Amino acid sequence: MTRRRVVVTGMGMLSPLGTDVASTWKRLVAGESGIRSITHFDTERFSTRFAGLVPEFDVADFFPAKDARKMDGFMQYGMVAAVQAIRDAGLTDAEKDADLIGVAIGSGIGGLGTIEENHQKLLDGGARKISPFFVPGSIINMVAGNLSIMYGYRGPNFATVTACTSGTHCIGFAAQQIMLGTADVMIAGGAEKGCSPLGMGGFGAARALSTRNEDPQGASRPWDRDRDGFVLADGAGIVVLEEYERARARGAHIYAELVGYGMSGDAFHITAPPEDGAGAARAMTNALRDAGVNPDEVAYINAHGTSTKAGDLAEAHAIRNVFGAHADALAVSSTKSMVGHLLGAAGAVEAIFTLLAMRDGVAPPTINLDNPDQDCDLNFVPHTAQQRDIPVALSNSFGFGGTNGSLVFRRL
Amino acid sequence: MSSIEDRVTKIIVEQLGVKPEDVKLEASFVEDLGADSLDTVELVMALEEEFETEIPDEEAEKISTVQAAIDYVKGHA
Repeated sequence: MTRRRVVVTGMGMLSPLGTDVASTWKRLVAGESGIRSITHFDTERFSTRFAGLVPEFDVADFFPAKDARKMDGFMQYGMVAAVQAIRDAGLTDAEKDADLIGVAIGSGIGGLGTIEENHQKLLDGGARKISPFFVPGSIINMVAGNLSIMYGYRGPNFATVTACTSGTHCIGFAAQQIMLGTADVMIAGGAEKGCSPLGMGGFGAARALSTRNEDPQGASRPWDRDRDGFVLADGAGIVVLEEYERARARGAHIYAELVGYGMSGDAFHITAPPEDGAGAARAMTNALRDAGVNPDEVAYINAHGTSTKAGDLAEAHAIRNVFGAHADALAVSSTKSMVGHLLGAAGAVEAIFTLLAMRDGVAPPTINLDNPDQDCDLNFVPHTAQQRDIPVALSNSFGFGGTNGSLVFRRL
Repeated sequence: MSSIEDRVTKIIVEQLGVKPEDVKLEASFVEDLGADSLDTVELVMALEEEFETEIPDEEAEKISTVQAAIDYVKGHA
């Protein structure tokens, strides 16, 4: 039996560059940075005092504010992006095959801000002061839970939690549900709101963050020799994945087909990748094999490219090893240079950027790449977007713990 | 200073996201005002905060209507 085909029919997003897909994409292609100083808490004693924060929006445009009050910010972001994606796909809360419509929305960290608030209440007033909504308002799978309740989607319901690969893995596993026939539609992606005091302090303590406080918009500079760590960011990205025949039968707009998904584990170190990027290479190779795509068919890679010393080098090596001579013909960009690192939402927003790059025939740029590091000699699309035909593209995510994932999309 | 009735009503409106005119004395939080079990726990916590009192769990369970909340506060705060 041939595998069922999966297409993308909807997308939604909140990012540091905008509160929807269109506004984010416009600014991204223009090479704008969404990074700015943190003002929502006192950062005086923090080594990093900037981040990628989501602009103001009205949650009541998407679901009742009364329900939002019981959800951490990451959950609200995920819900809003999911509602946008469902509306974009033209789906409703009255689908006849709701038993075959599922939700897979993950997060790297979950409701950290809510955990901090309730821990403070515990310290100040004892256990009696902890909110009854603390647990359901902070645990990761509750984006998927709340969304299924809101729309009545009774299919598979889960959240993959794999650090910075969460969004990619959610989309990949969701697509597999459709390929296997356990679902016909999956709402999939990731949501994150880690820019809280504990989040900023924790990633700072791990020496993972850029400390370029004098120049926040120049801080995320993947493959540049002066890069000094990633820039933490908030937001969410959600796609609607749909079985091809279902999408066609209802005349849905199809962005592209998700043709391949690959994973691997580094089995190396808790936060660092191996220098040769062997794990990253295995994820890409597995995804290409899964897709039945030859490496030389790929025109664009949305790289993980976080702006860390080791990670950027490892990925550059991995791309050389997987693509050989064709590596020089690729456009490879890191959109994290503009939106920062959305952790568990990163893979999802970047999958969306990849799909839009294919739709519009444009590779978004890697900004701040003034002086490419030694050994980083691919076409990283420095500073300015490049027009090019992109029939096949790949999106990479690599996470703490050495967990890797790659998605391959093909234009129909 | 507003009356106890007004203060209790205000809390119910905020916590349950209902209209003030729906907060009738005989209204049940679950039956009439759309609260679930977690909402009622949080409502009791908000009453404790507002009236600087501590409501034991066995008493909290009995506070299921607007009138019961007002009566409890009048008797204990």
